[in-house]
Amino acid sequence: MLLIACPNCGPRAQAEFTFERPLASIVTPTETLPDLIHKLFTRENPRGPSWELWRHTYGCAGWLKVHRDTHNHQISAVVRVDTETPS
Amino acid sequence: MSGPMRLADGGQIDRTRPIHFVFDGRSYQGYAGDSLASALLANGVVLFGRSFKYHRPRGVMAAGIEEPSALVQAGSGGRYEPNSRATDVFIYDGLQSQSQNRWPSLRFDLGGLNSLISPFIPAGFYYKTFFGGPKLWLLYEHLIRQMAGLGMPPTKADADIYEHRAAFFDVLVVGSGPAGLAAALSASAAGSRVILAEQDERLGGSLLTDPATIDGLSSDQWIAKARETLIAAGGRILTRTTAAGYYDHDLVNLVERLTEPGQTPGPDGLAQRLWRVRAGKVILATGAFERPRLFEGNDLPGVMLSGAVRTYLRRYGVRAGSRAVITTDNDDAYRTALSMAEAGASIAAILDSRPADGVRSPLVQKAMAQLPVHFAAKLIAAKGSAKGLKGASALIDGKVTALDCDLVAVSGGFSPVVHLHMQAGGTLAWDELSGSFSPDQTRQNQTTVGAAAGADGLSATLLSGWTKASAKAKAQAAPTCAPEDDVALNIIADWEPAPQARLKKAFVDYQNDVTAADLDLAWREGYRSVEHLKRYTTLGMATDQGKTSNLVGLARLAKSEGRPVPSVGLTTFRPPYTPVTLGVLAAEATGPHLDPRRRPVLYKTHAAEQPIWQPVGYWHRPSAYPVGTENLHQAAHRESLTVRTKVGVTDVSTLGKFDVSGPDAALFLELICATTVGKLAVGRGRYTIMLREDGMVMDDGTVWRTEENRFLLTSSTGGADRMAAHLSYVRKVIAPQLKVAVANVQEHWAAVAVAGPLARQVVASVLPQMAVPRHMSLDRGELAGVPTLTLAASYSGERAFEIYAPSDQIEPVWAAIAKAARDLGGCLYGLEALEILRIEKGHIVVGGEIDGRAAPHDLGLSKMLRPAGGYIGHTALLRPALAEAGRLQMVGFEAVDGSAIPEGSMLLTAPKTLPVGHVTAAGLNVIKGGSIALGFLRDGFSRTGESLIAWSPTRNQTAKVKVTTPVFYDVAGVQYRD
Repeated sequence: MLLIACPNCGPRAQAEFTFERPLASIVTPTETLPDLIHKLFTRENPRGPSWELWRHTYGCAGWLKVHRDTHNHQISAVVRVDTETPS
Repeated sequence: MSGPMRLADGGQIDRTRPIHFVFDGRSYQGYAGDSLASALLANGVVLFGRSFKYHRPRGVMAAGIEEPSALVQAGSGGRYEPNSRATDVFIYDGLQSQSQNRWPSLRFDLGGLNSLISPFIPAGFYYKTFFGGPKLWLLYEHLIRQMAGLGMPPTKADADIYEHRAAFFDVLVVGSGPAGLAAALSASAAGSRVILAEQDERLGGSLLTDPATIDGLSSDQWIAKARETLIAAGGRILTRTTAAGYYDHDLVNLVERLTEPGQTPGPDGLAQRLWRVRAGKVILATGAFERPRLFEGNDLPGVMLSGAVRTYLRRYGVRAGSRAVITTDNDDAYRTALSMAEAGASIAAILDSRPADGVRSPLVQKAMAQLPVHFAAKLIAAKGSAKGLKGASALIDGKVTALDCDLVAVSGGFSPVVHLHMQAGGTLAWDELSGSFSPDQTRQNQTTVGAAAGADGLSATLLSGWTKASAKAKAQAAPTCAPEDDVALNIIADWEPAPQARLKKAFVDYQNDVTAADLDLAWREGYRSVEHLKRYTTLGMATDQGKTSNLVGLARLAKSEGRPVPSVGLTTFRPPYTPVTLGVLAAEATGPHLDPRRRPVLYKTHAAEQPIWQPVGYWHRPSAYPVGTENLHQAAHRESLTVRTKVGVTDVSTLGKFDVSGPDAALFLELICATTVGKLAVGRGRYTIMLREDGMVMDDGTVWRTEENRFLLTSSTGGADRMAAHLSYVRKVIAPQLKVAVANVQEHWAAVAVAGPLARQVVASVLPQMAVPRHMSLDRGELAGVPTLTLAASYSGERAFEIYAPSDQIEPVWAAIAKAARDLGGCLYGLEALEILRIEKGHIVVGGEIDGRAAPHDLGLSKMLRPAGGYIGHTALLRPALAEAGRLQMVGFEAVDGSAIPEGSMLLTAPKTLPVGHVTAAGLNVIKGGSIALGFLRDGFSRTGESLIAWSPTRNQTAKVKVTTPVFYDVAGVQYRD
């Protein structure tokens, strides 16, 4: 079980969190149809570090950006969703 | 004395405390500190069980948790536990234990006939039978289930209590042998808080078998001092506690046994505890397993691992035989030989497979001076029966030699216990000389010390534990042992059996009855990958997960392949390390505690009416309020008829409710809702649907404008939590620029629905000062001094209102409305009537028609969609596939043959054709009678009037149906209007 350092609450067990989606797959209301289809149905499944959207559902309920390596589960950064991050 | 094999003195048992227990119906006596295995051996018992496949007689092989053969069942009723290792059960007064997989009795076992037909059950037997056709397999399966297997599963619910506990420490040390204790002391000395887990009931590990002098103290004294030091420094020591799993980010699960198998717990009823330990650093001091060797009859009772023979002798004071043959590839077995000789046993031969011209350690030289030692010698076969060994044959100086013995002590070298290291994502390094894998790279914050890391000899083991536990530790400060206690292994691994040995009786995996011949056959049949070999032969797949067998099997495969062992590869090490009872994983989360139970605020009020309850998600809501002897169906029909003809009252407090406010509230809701929202006048509301990003309907509800910049949004009960998350996601992630606040007011407001032709009259009587609102309008009022909000909306198809009040004040509101309705001949109605009424009106529901696969136009709702778009899901609705022919569209069905349409049935055009749709909800025509249903049908909108068959193979029910529109009552929609 991962240990995720919530910027609001401190390090907490993964069981308190829910994974939402890779950050790159967030669908905006103005998305074109091809982009939407790519993000929903044909998105990449990267092996290595990538940014993801999580929520500390059973804690502060805040939305978080998590930089996680899908290969070894190393988490290098956890920030609030309104923080600018490199894409 | 507690049996013929017990020595007069010695050992770490408490001879002042005799313990009485039962094995296979016979009473025995042992001492406190005895394992079941040691106590039975002391009593002269050699036969412990029958093997998995061939029902061969099996004794005890090991002295620890790696034991593959001596499996027993213990306890009875709710405390029955199968497949416990006799070596891992400490006896207690009243222990009831039995051998397994034998019939009618252990000594006279009919299944032993399988041994005779073993040539016909070769490797891959299960796979091969699949090719014989299904009928043959059914026969085999029946026979296999009769004959093969381990213990019987329990039949009663678990009587005990289990709990979880979380713990945080600087350092977790797994294992309390010399390396583990040295590591714990080192970390503690460096200022770390230490938790130490030991699976045995006492600390010491190998020191319990091989006492030594450490730092000038006897090992008993040194262990006791270490315990005091650790506890004084704030550390925690858990005995009878196994590190079962090593998970990501250094989470280690420890399973603490507070009772032995079958034992009644203390007054708190607690049997086991699961510790979830998150430590800054994890030190694995898990030791090493001795390996068996390949020879004929290597599974017979009387064949034991050399270290186990020594453990029984020194720790338990039990001499496992009087005339022993030792077969070894290392020096450790010489300690067994010398200690057995010292205890009065004769040593028939030490068969050392190492070459004759090697350098001899002082220990070996000592043995050579007094015992018959043969180098380059191998054991060919052990001979015996269920009663024990009757001798052996060996290859000595190139000649086959008969040996007289009743015990064979085997040492095929040692394998470091790397299970936790591998679970943590580590890698291994191979040492060809000792034939062992030891930890190499680590991925997590862990380090392996002592024999588990390949340390050889007590001195190196202590040093390894001390120095690797802490960066501050100085090697000079490490505990040291007396030189005579520092015995190196000097292993020269030799996997090759004697050429004369018949490999069909040379077992690799004792628990799953896999022989060396089976492995060779599987290889010849093309199973070259270790993973394929494992699954084909079942090597390493039993409850011991190949703890003693895996490397012997790998070496055999490597030999067939002509490749070195590491290139053959390893199978995956998965948790748990030893079997874990499901009870301790579930802990409190069983029965009524499996899920939280949510009770509506009016729960007690409903309970007074003695309704039939129904779980809806976590909620418990009344399904119906039966009168007299009514069953659910009768009560629900009466209730729905009363709503259609008079008036009914129901509790709708569990609906999802959200208060949406702010200057951009309307803009926000137009993202959420696929209908128009912004044009709503203050005081008005409308029905709405919410879509997912992929255009499928997610939920439905109503949206009300209570003020210019404030809305009340309702959604389904079951979808309320999902809707809360969705609203949060849209507000914080999709549209953070909007000035809007969303509050989940699901449990702030309770709500009472009144429906029926007389509903208006009820509302007028309880809220006389308020003008009764028009359909889809709202108004505020006061009832019994409680502020209320009345929404005029209909779900049942009748004139209906929902009266909201703060949850903590709903009681008088409910009471007044229920009384007013009953005064007019009305009644309370529950979920079942609600369902009947909505089906008749063709209203969709989450989990029924809103199944995640239906787009708005599949549900006939496309006219509601906001033409301007801009809502979530709008773009996805443009996907061409959604407009193609053949989509499942929602329609109604009427039974035409007088039978009831089966719930969940599939729709066929003719018998034995492929289904063209399915029924989502079956109900009835409340006033006219007759069975009706809602469901999905391919291109259903254009098939009205068509005849179909509704068929439920699971219920074995069929009905002939006619396709209709999905509205069965008041098609014109006049009943619910003003």
